[in-house]
Amino acid sequence: MAGRAHIEVGNLSMAYGKFLVQRDLNFAVSKGDVFVIMGGNGCGKTTLMRALIGLQRPAAGTVRYDGEDFWGAAEEDRARMKRRLGILFQGGALWSSLTLAENVALPLAEYTGLPPARVAEIVSFKLALVGLAGFEDFYPSELSGGMKKRAGLARAMALDPDILIVDEPSSGLDPLTARRLDDLILELRESLGTTIIVISHDLASILAIGSDSIYLDADTHTMIATGNPREALTHGDPKVRHFLTRGSE
Amino acid sequence: MRTRPEEDGLHPAGESGPRLSWHRPSEGVLTLVLAGRWCLDETLPARNAAERDIPAVPGRLTFDTAALADWDSGLLTFLAGLLKTCAARGVAVDPSGLPEGVRRLLAMAAAVPEQKVPPRNAAARTSLVSRIGAATLVLARGAPAMLRFLGEIVLSFLRLFSGRARFRMSDLWLEMEQVGPRALPIVSVISFLVGLILAYLGADQLKLVGAQIFIADLVAIGMVREVGALMTGIIIAGRTGAAFAAQLGTMQVNEEIDAFRTLGIPPVDFLVLPRMLALMLMVPLLTLYAGFVGMFAGLVVSVTIFDISLFEYYNETLRALELKHFWVGLSKGTVYGAMVAFAGCLRGMQCGRSAEAVGEAATSAVVTGILLITVAASVMTIVYYQLDI
Ligand SMILES: Nc1ncnc2c1ncn2[C@@H]1O[C@H](COP(=O)(O)OP(=O)(O)OP(=O)(O)O)[C@@H](O)[C@H]1O
Ligand SMILES: [Mg+2]
Repeated sequence: MAGRAHIEVGNLSMAYGKFLVQRDLNFAVSKGDVFVIMGGNGCGKTTLMRALIGLQRPAAGTVRYDGEDFWGAAEEDRARMKRRLGILFQGGALWSSLTLAENVALPLAEYTGLPPARVAEIVSFKLALVGLAGFEDFYPSELSGGMKKRAGLARAMALDPDILIVDEPSSGLDPLTARRLDDLILELRESLGTTIIVISHDLASILAIGSDSIYLDADTHTMIATGNPREALTHGDPKVRHFLTRGSE
Repeated sequence: MRTRPEEDGLHPAGESGPRLSWHRPSEGVLTLVLAGRWCLDETLPARNAAERDIPAVPGRLTFDTAALADWDSGLLTFLAGLLKTCAARGVAVDPSGLPEGVRRLLAMAAAVPEQKVPPRNAAARTSLVSRIGAATLVLARGAPAMLRFLGEIVLSFLRLFSGRARFRMSDLWLEMEQVGPRALPIVSVISFLVGLILAYLGADQLKLVGAQIFIADLVAIGMVREVGALMTGIIIAGRTGAAFAAQLGTMQVNEEIDAFRTLGIPPVDFLVLPRMLALMLMVPLLTLYAGFVGMFAGLVVSVTIFDISLFEYYNETLRALELKHFWVGLSKGTVYGAMVAFAGCLRGMQCGRSAEAVGEAATSAVVTGILLITVAASVMTIVYYQLDI
C-alpha cells in the first residue's frame, strides 16, 4: 500500500465568486505521508482544505480519495468518504454548548455503537494524548486559546481517522506544547498509519514533520511542488527558500 | 501454578475478533495474551475480567502480543485503563511485550499528568424551594448590575452633553435607519389591526347607548395616548432589543468589547449611546405613525361597516384629539424606546463567551424589555392620571 497515491488532487481551482484564490493545483498524497501545505497569509490554504473536506465545491478540478472522485460522487458517497477524515479547524471550532468530553464524544456516539462507558474511556484517553486530561467537564469558553486548539485535535482524532487534516495545529501553542503536538502527529502516522495533511506556517514544525509539501503562491495564484521541506530548504525554488528561511535568503 | 492459557469465557470472539487470555509463567507474574483485532468496530472484552486476576503486590504484569492482528484506540483505551488499575494496586507493569507504537502512545497520554480541577456541575438536582430561592437571589444580584449599567449610561449621556462622548455619528444614523424606517411595515400592519379591534370593541359597547359616533374618540385617544406606544414598544423589543443583545453579545464573544476597554474607550459611549439615542428618537416617531394608522383603521371600519359618514368621523376625531394626548403618547414612546435599548444593551454587555450565551442574551433582552415597558406603562398611566393630563 505504501507509496500509492491515497489522495489525488487534479487541476483543482478554487474561487470565491469571481475572485480566483488558487488554480491548477496538482498533487498526490501517499498513505502515511505527512503532507505540508505552506504559503503566506491569505494564499488559500484554508480554502484548499475546505475543498478537500467537502465544505466548498471547487470551481474546477477533482479530488480523489483512493481513486474515488470526491466531488463527482453522490451526496451519500461523499458522506462516507468524509467519515474517514478527521479535521482540525483553524479556530478549533469546538461546539460551545458542549463540554470538552461531549465535544470529543459526539463523533463517537454518532458513528460507533459503543456503550457510553467505553466512549468515556476513549474520550479521556484522547484528551490525555493532547495533554488535557482532567478537563473533561470544561466548556470551550473556559479554556485558553492553545487549549482549545488541542481539544480540537482530540476531537479530530476521536474516530481514529485514516486521514487527519489539520489547519495550523501549532499556532497559538507554546514551543514545548507545539513540539509535543508534532511528536503526536508523527506517532499517529507511525503507529496507526494515519495520513496527515498539515497546513502550517510554523517553520520548525514544517521541517520536523513534513515528508512532502506544496507551497501555495499568493502572487501567481498557483502552487509550487516542493517535495520534502528539508530538501526544499536547500535545493528548492527560490520563493520557497525565501519563505522557509523567513526571508533571509 | 497454572500455565495453560485460560480463555475469558465472557467474550467468545469470532475468528478474527479480539481475544483476551492470560497465564502465569511464574509466581507473581501474570502474562496477558492479546490476540486478534483490537479495533473499535469489534466488541472489545470488558476490563474487569482481566483486572480480577491481576496479582496482588508484589507482582508483575507482562504482555504477549504475538498474535495481535490489528489495533487502534480500542486497544489503547483498554490498556490505559488497565495500567491505571495496576498503578493503583502497586503492580509493576512491564510493557516490553506491547507493540512499539502502543507503548509510545500510552507514554504520550501519560506525559501530562491529569489536572486536578475542582468538581463541576455538582448541584444538578435541587428542590423546588431552593431553586426558587436561587432564582430570587439571581434577580436580587442582578439589580445592582442593572443600576451600575444605568449609572454608566447616565455618565455617558453627561459626556455626550458636554461634547466628550466618543462615538461616531455614522453609527447613530445607521442605527436610526435600522430601527425606524425598517420597522415601518410591521408597525403598520399591527397598528392597523389594533385600530380595527378598538373600533369593533367600541362599536359593540357604544351601540347599547346609541352613541356609535364615539368610536372615533375611543380609537383616536386610545391609539395616540396608550396603545400606539405600547404596541410599538413591544414590536421594537422583539425586533431591535434582541438584535442589540445579539450584536453586543457577539462582540463580547469576539473580545471586541475588551479591545475597546483596553484602548480606554468606554464601550458604553461607543456602542450603547448610539443605540439608546436611536431608539429614543425613533420610537416616538413610530408611535405617532402607529397612532395615525390606527385612526385610519378606525375610520375605515366605521365608514364601511357602522354607517358613520366620513365627515362625521373626521370631525369627531378632531374634537377628541387634544394636543396633550400627543405629548403623552410621545413621552411614552421615548421612555419605552429607552427601556428597550437599556434591556438590549444590558443583556448584550453581560453576555458570556459562547454562542449559546448570545442566544440567551437575545431572549433575555426581549423578556426584560417587555417587563420594563409594562412597568413603565403602569407607572406613567397612574402618574398622568393623578396629574390630570
Ligand atoms: N468567505 C470568503 N469570501 C470571499 N473571499 C474569501 C472568503 N474566505 C477567504 N477569502 C479570500 O480567499 C483568500 C484565501 O483565504 P484563506 O482563508 O484560504 O487563506 P489562508 O491561506 O488560510 O490564510 P491564513 O494563513 O491567514 O489562514 C483570501 O484572499 C481571502 O480574502
Ligand atoms: Mg487559513
